[in-house]
Amino acid sequence: MLTRVKVTLKDHVTDAVGRKTAQAIRDFLDIGVDRVRTVKVFTLDGVSQDTAQTIIDRAALHDPVLQDASLDPVTGDFSWALEKGFRPGVTDNEGRTARETVALVAGLSPEQAESLSVYTATQYLIDGDLDRDAVERIGRDLLANELIERISVKSGEEWKESPGFEAQAAKVVAQAVDEVGLIDIAAMDDDALMKFSRDNVLALSLEEMHGIQAYYADPVVKAAREKAGVSAIPTDAELECLAQTWSEHCKHKIFTARINYENKETGRSEQVDSLFSTYIQGSTATIRERLGEDDFCLSVFKDNAGVIRFSDELSVCVKVETHNSPSALDPYGGALTGIVGVNRDPMGTGLGADMLCNTDVFCFASPFWQGELPPRLLHPRRVLEGVREGVEHGGNKSGIPTVNGSLVFDERYLGKPLVYCGTVGTMPVEVAGRPSHEKFIDPGDVIVMAGGRIGKDGIHGATFSSEELHEGSPATAVQIGDPITQRKMYDFIIRARDAGLYNAITDNGAGGLSSSVGEMAEFSGGAHMDLAKAPVKYDGLRPWEILVSEAQERMSLAVPPAKLDEFLALAKEMDVEATPLGTFTDSGYFHVTYGDTPVAYLDMDFLHEGVPQMELEAVWERPVIEDSGPVRVEDQGALLKDMLGRLNICSKEYVVRQYDHEVKGSSAIKPLVGTLRDGPSDAGVLRPDLADSRGLVVSHGICPKFSDLDTYWMMANAIDEAVRNAVAVGGNPSHMAGVDNFCWCDPVQSEKTPDGRYKLAQLVRANQALAHFCLAFGVPCVSGKDSMKNDYTGGGQKISIPPTVLYTVIALVDDVAKAVTSDAKYPGELLYVLGLTQRELGGSELSDQLGLSFNQVPQVDAMAAKERYLALHEAMNQGLVTACHDLSDGGLGVALAEMAIGGRVGLDFNLDLVPSLGCQSAAEILYSESASRFLVTIAPENQARFEALFVGKACSLVGSVRNDDLVIVTRGGEQLINEPVQELVQAWQTTLDW
Amino acid sequence: MARVKTLVITGFGTNCEKESAHAAQVAGSDVTDTVFFSDLTAGRANLTDYTFLVFPGGFLDGDDLGASQAAAQRWLYSKVSNGSMLLDQLKAFFDAGGIILGICNGFQLLVKLGLLPAIGGEYFERQVSLGINDSARFEDRWVSLSVNPKSPCVFTKGLDKLYFPVRHGEGKIVPKNGATLDTLTSNNLIALQYADPETWEPTQEYPANPNGSPLGIAGLTDPSGRVLGLMPHPEAYNHSTNHPAWTRGESAPLGTELFKAGIEYLRQQ
Repeated sequence: MLTRVKVTLKDHVTDAVGRKTAQAIRDFLDIGVDRVRTVKVFTLDGVSQDTAQTIIDRAALHDPVLQDASLDPVTGDFSWALEKGFRPGVTDNEGRTARETVALVAGLSPEQAESLSVYTATQYLIDGDLDRDAVERIGRDLLANELIERISVKSGEEWKESPGFEAQAAKVVAQAVDEVGLIDIAAMDDDALMKFSRDNVLALSLEEMHGIQAYYADPVVKAAREKAGVSAIPTDAELECLAQTWSEHCKHKIFTARINYENKETGRSEQVDSLFSTYIQGSTATIRERLGEDDFCLSVFKDNAGVIRFSDELSVCVKVETHNSPSALDPYGGALTGIVGVNRDPMGTGLGADMLCNTDVFCFASPFWQGELPPRLLHPRRVLEGVREGVEHGGNKSGIPTVNGSLVFDERYLGKPLVYCGTVGTMPVEVAGRPSHEKFIDPGDVIVMAGGRIGKDGIHGATFSSEELHEGSPATAVQIGDPITQRKMYDFIIRARDAGLYNAITDNGAGGLSSSVGEMAEFSGGAHMDLAKAPVKYDGLRPWEILVSEAQERMSLAVPPAKLDEFLALAKEMDVEATPLGTFTDSGYFHVTYGDTPVAYLDMDFLHEGVPQMELEAVWERPVIEDSGPVRVEDQGALLKDMLGRLNICSKEYVVRQYDHEVKGSSAIKPLVGTLRDGPSDAGVLRPDLADSRGLVVSHGICPKFSDLDTYWMMANAIDEAVRNAVAVGGNPSHMAGVDNFCWCDPVQSEKTPDGRYKLAQLVRANQALAHFCLAFGVPCVSGKDSMKNDYTGGGQKISIPPTVLYTVIALVDDVAKAVTSDAKYPGELLYVLGLTQRELGGSELSDQLGLSFNQVPQVDAMAAKERYLALHEAMNQGLVTACHDLSDGGLGVALAEMAIGGRVGLDFNLDLVPSLGCQSAAEILYSESASRFLVTIAPENQARFEALFVGKACSLVGSVRNDDLVIVTRGGEQLINEPVQELVQAWQTTLDW
Repeated sequence: MARVKTLVITGFGTNCEKESAHAAQVAGSDVTDTVFFSDLTAGRANLTDYTFLVFPGGFLDGDDLGASQAAAQRWLYSKVSNGSMLLDQLKAFFDAGGIILGICNGFQLLVKLGLLPAIGGEYFERQVSLGINDSARFEDRWVSLSVNPKSPCVFTKGLDKLYFPVRHGEGKIVPKNGATLDTLTSNNLIALQYADPETWEPTQEYPANPNGSPLGIAGLTDPSGRVLGLMPHPEAYNHSTNHPAWTRGESAPLGTELFKAGIEYLRQQ
């Protein structure tokens, strides 16, 4: 029986959410509404009417000061009622909390509680003159995502006739199944193999299907299977398991492919045997060798996150992931799952890390985009808002500060938004007497799954994200994260870790148990797991679905048998579900059963090493790009303000404020700085150990704008930008580590990708640059990830994202008290430009602003840059630098304005004194985006000491901080710009002032 | 002098336990323990062994049902392993003269449990609540706070002007009725008010008043002055470099001063 409790706000309480919803309806949809009120609905399944009344009387689900609760439908006047609820099987976090609360307050026995379910819904009571179509559009295009939510609409008249909506339980109704399918792939021809792969979202290529065919045809394999009592014909679970393990998402097949790279520009050809091992692993290995005893890397590339040394007591680990495809379908759920998902990477690194901070970088099309949307795509503003809110809930509710991030805009992200989520963790150097960054598993250790339950949500996430997005992309790949279930699990894990209750831990992400247990089994040499023991959210999951489900908030652990009881008791006490599923073995097989039914029996070597290496072609030909010639500008002041308002440059305070950036109390440099706390910060700095003054910088670089010119320099600039940002706030250039996150469009030549060879060449060049510049800067990559199919096809068109790399840096700050912010501070201080400005306008914000084209992409002179960074760091260590701002999007002009904005002070700036080369006009000097440059202020009395550090380096005194509020730029004695700082503030803040 | 034993309670989504414990330690607490709610129900820790309770910030139960609503029910209805009501322990702790600090989500919990403001000594009656910010947004920003010198609050004694970050979406005080608000004022139960950063007068202006709270109420105390709940986060200002403009030479009294005042009060007992 279903009972509905409706919770309404009391008359004297402002319905702030209703008001905000009404505003969003007007702003987003351009539909006029007078007023929106919200009603929360709890649908109780499995309790009597009396119990429901008790729940209301005891105010269990509502706040009697703020709200009224009733079993009757809402009364009153309104034009329309719209109800939004979840579809069956979708994670309903509030429903879970309500269920636990009802059970506690009503005093239900555990059995009674087991049969209780609570489903939440929201009613919007809308006043205004609008028709049913408009109301349905509000539901569809703003309030609900029909992939995961249902909507019902009633007019005010209909409501009066028959008040309320029918109670609906979002329950999955199904029977338990233990059926294991057998797939006779031996009998399939090539067409049938590919059809099978496609129809089942396996994303396996023909070559891979052939490899699987060959495995099962092998007499040795056949004999082993017979001996183990497993059918010779592959099971559905085995094929699914292979598909997940071998997916591009998990196996990085393009990065490990053998590539024939032809450079038509130089006429040279070469073969690259794995981009990953050649350039990424290769450069890190060389740097570590060079560092010798000073090598600060502890664990690179082999675990869920890279680990480096921080202090004698603490290690730091870092991981950045993308969650692009799910965020395209459901921005809120996709991004929420992305952030809580990447939290589990440090949590599952070594013996498990404590969460320190998050970083988020999003790439979207313009939120002001106008035009018809291709099928299945959401409007960029909706994507932005959904992603922003998903990360807000994921980060804030988990209690992890978001200390660094960016928003990058390009029209091509309409096809797929990029949602980068990163997490930094700390771990005591030793845990329970063992090095914390290492894990081991003994045969006999128990496989335990802890955290959430398994459902159909997230099935095929790994393989789905290894394909392009299309009109038929599966909705099951969409899921909603649950930060609180995860938080409880995390609390438990850290406690179990410190008590030494387990040997190894890893997260359940892509590929679910098949990947997590499959990968852990490599430590011991095998595993035997019974899926019938796995806790499921509802009946109806087939064994293969249990095996590959990517349902969230789960970790897999290896628990020594002697510690199992203690481990499980602690879990129970802390309200965390933990279930033994089997044991790790040294059998050489990944052996899975459902009760007694065989589900999978795969040779570990074949599972992990059996994927055939791809062989790919890459051809580089430099694109021909026009140069529009010298830039002449009439009104420099107006141009500066236009530049400041550009999406890639303008203030992101709207987003930043809604992220908790200082929980954990360690924040030293925040994302917003300056006299009114609204200036831009170059990077985040925090104190991982509250009792220590040592700091950690988190910064990043991302420059897809240069990819169309040359991805080699795109990569070089991204690395330089990340390093530069870290140095700008006080990061030690000699103790830095990087994380590379590649997001590419499909680079494999095929009918649907006729320019695959060029896109692959772009990838090769980016990797070459990564190796060159990581080596030059001495910054090892310690972790990374790639996402290779960021294309959209639908409605007869294809949209490919610009090749995009996020390069994240973490760096040591010896003493946070030496950190520096970008805001100009004291009148009379001297302003310096560090670095050379060249006429490098290709891909620049200026070129886009003026609709011009330039072919000179900024190049990075790493040797000069490194010397500059070391000198600047020394100047900061000596306490000489009072403000420092890196020059990036919008170059000198924008950086100058931002320093003034942060300090709300005027600046004098003489363009004649800027060290420059080849620039033909003021606008070119002001807006060139040459790499490795800074603006720095110092106190006049420190001039000699400061300049002494920069002898022979590009460093020039170009102006000073004024004692009024005017930003004045002169050239040849003439004032080009004379603007009150408040005008600049206005220009910078208006664009995204939502 | 009395030894001060601090207990920081976490679990179910609380997330400021580390810096809260750190703040208590820095402020001179002799013993500072952090336990999970489950330790209390398991009987592993007992509130009455302590003199200073801290309910830190966080997102208890993800703010589902409204901030701290579910957690308040958990405190009201949970039993300890020996069969006694956990709430009785909390009452015994308070009756024995202990002090309680609730920060942000912890303040929301104290209010929903009715430990604050307890007008007329009516403890465990919900007299006010904390509703959604007028902006309907979670926001992280630093705010100026003026201390009510007439309040009996032991935590704010000797303090005047404070500057801490707020980080919440549900921080607007909503009284049960208009009379409640008047009584809060007349009984000096308003301990802290959002203030204009220039004049230090209580303000309704956004963003100095970040949530639209009436009378700029940022923190409440009870008639005994031994309970303080506040939306801003004093524990987040535990080091000079936490200040958002420390690189400009700006500073204010550290948030650990609030902890210190509470501890000082206990020492005098």
